[in-house]
Amino acid sequence: MRKRTKQTRMPLGVVGLIVVFLVSFGILLRGATAQEKKVPSKDEKLKVGFVYVGPRDDYGYNYAHDQGRLCMEKKLGWVETLHAENIPESADVERVMEQMIRQGAKLIFPTSYGYLDPAINVAKRHNDVIFMHAGGFKTAPNLGTYWAYIYNAMYLSGIAAGKLTKTNKLGFVAAHPIPQVLGNINALTLGARSVNPKVETHVVFTGGWYNPGKEAEAANSLVDLGVDVLTQHQDSPIAVVQTAEKRGVYAVGYHSKDLQKFAPKGWLTGASWNWCNLYADLAKEVKDGKWKGGHRRGGLETGYFELAPFGAAVPNDVRDMVMKKRKEILDGKYVVFQGPVKDNKGTLRVKAGEKPTFERIEQMDWFVEGVVGTVPK
Amino acid sequence: MFLFLQGVLTGAVRSETSVLYATLGETLGERAGITNLGMEGCMLMGACLGFVTMAHTDNLALSMMAAALAGGLSSLIHAFLVVTRRANQLASGLALMFFGLGVTGFIGRPYVGMKIRGLNELPIPYLSEIPFVGPILFTHDVLTYLTYLLTPLLWVFLFYTRWGLAVRAVGENRTVAYASGLRPSLIQYLAVFFGGMLAGLGGAHLSIAYTHMWVEGMTAGRGFIAVALVIFSMWHPLRGMLGTLLFGGAIAFQLQLQARGSRISPYILDMTPYLLTLAVLLLWGRTRKHAMPEGLKAVFEGVD
Repeated sequence: MRKRTKQTRMPLGVVGLIVVFLVSFGILLRGATAQEKKVPSKDEKLKVGFVYVGPRDDYGYNYAHDQGRLCMEKKLGWVETLHAENIPESADVERVMEQMIRQGAKLIFPTSYGYLDPAINVAKRHNDVIFMHAGGFKTAPNLGTYWAYIYNAMYLSGIAAGKLTKTNKLGFVAAHPIPQVLGNINALTLGARSVNPKVETHVVFTGGWYNPGKEAEAANSLVDLGVDVLTQHQDSPIAVVQTAEKRGVYAVGYHSKDLQKFAPKGWLTGASWNWCNLYADLAKEVKDGKWKGGHRRGGLETGYFELAPFGAAVPNDVRDMVMKKRKEILDGKYVVFQGPVKDNKGTLRVKAGEKPTFERIEQMDWFVEGVVGTVPK
Repeated sequence: MFLFLQGVLTGAVRSETSVLYATLGETLGERAGITNLGMEGCMLMGACLGFVTMAHTDNLALSMMAAALAGGLSSLIHAFLVVTRRANQLASGLALMFFGLGVTGFIGRPYVGMKIRGLNELPIPYLSEIPFVGPILFTHDVLTYLTYLLTPLLWVFLFYTRWGLAVRAVGENRTVAYASGLRPSLIQYLAVFFGGMLAGLGGAHLSIAYTHMWVEGMTAGRGFIAVALVIFSMWHPLRGMLGTLLFGGAIAFQLQLQARGSRISPYILDMTPYLLTLAVLLLWGRTRKHAMPEGLKAVFEGVD
């Protein structure tokens, strides 16, 4: 009989344990960052929960919501907030919202688009909690939505961009071809072309909301093409804005006005959310029992978003021009996307004199004249 | 057309530096018979700790060292599990990846959105003015220039030095290498360590030089692409450089096409680099059999 050689080896179990430890340690740490919480103190305070899809320091989408949260907390002494960041758009978010409810939250803001269905599920289970979802199109008896027409600020930024570009090429690093993104691209282009009809906007879609490496490369390829104003619609605009500064071109910001520090030389202006007042109003309504569901939408007059401060690169006459247009919009004398508006294939999309409704703008699936390329299907 | 090609190639060199570092590191490790699927984790370690060091000290050399060390030390976990403890290489590598993702997410949390000085492009005088070639090769940052040296150096090291021979011998057959007086475990530890250091530098390029920012999981799969590229390049550093350029070129190509308003959907264009990799693997499939270090297939159970 052949003898089988016996080998001395580490018990498999120990190796397995180490491997399992490494994995679970990694996952645990991720969880730890996702669940920073505050200890609840007084009971009469209204507890408000916020759920973010990314880190709240991204100087972008999540940062804007978090600034709104902090500002509301400061403004209303009787509000206490909970927040969770880096929560994926999956069943995880239901668990996080349930946890917030267990901690006493009576109003919850699921701030990412993909949280809509999970939030509706949780809302069904908890009639006494009110949910306000950002940008959604569905409602429930205790779930409403909110959004603001920030493309107005993109239009105004476009005026500055159109005045300052020397190559007449603007670059837009976009995530996905959804109406909100297309609306911003189109508004920027319309604004720029209102003062400089030669302007063309070149668009690159990265196919994701947060991939800094790819965003930087997209920005670089646009600059290689001769673009001298860069802007973006990504969850975190830092990569594109910093690439603009590195390559010595102008930057138009999005989501947050505090982005300016990443482009001290090339900063023009930008579109910046300001959720503070809306959050405070909603908290008051919930506290007084006056909350009514439905879709909340707001334009420039509401202050839910604003034009970011001008950078040093913008001369005074351009600033005046932008501010004049801002006043026209505020006074209702001008409506962004008012007719005639043609798409970039020559079809008339908005008839002369027509002022499209927000609903129509929220369904936009075309590029205005001046944007290079076609909307990916 | 000329400008388009120049744009694509410049983009390829610029964007793929980080992947090249990881590819070189993985080549070194696999030549010694150790597959490290945790390259992604090592890159993240480098990206994160490089950024953190930069944020505190504002010293580039120090941050590079921190990044390389972070990558190297974290890959030692893999070396320990695989070389000393004989764990499954794939499981251990994946564990390292998750570990890196979690640890850097935790350590790097306060540094998201922080502004650092960072490493900027440094066009080389005269050389960068050569038409066509100049902008493609000589308008990048120091870390990219370093790969021009490192790649041939690794090639010479692996194929024309005694140490390189020792690494390859261990990778082919630990037992034979042991019998000829080498110390297989030590060599494998060193190869994995230096491979991890290279991956750490690659990560640092991404955070410190390329984007000037840190965010959790920012390598977005580059570590895995590096592992694929090593197979693609048949465990050869020079071909590895070619592979990263091809891969980066495919990405730059699709971005340049989009920027010029191509009618093709970006979602389809996004697949080009992967389709290209698949095509090359299909075409060159047969020759690959002989290029693979034998030790990658075998499980060595002998004594040290």
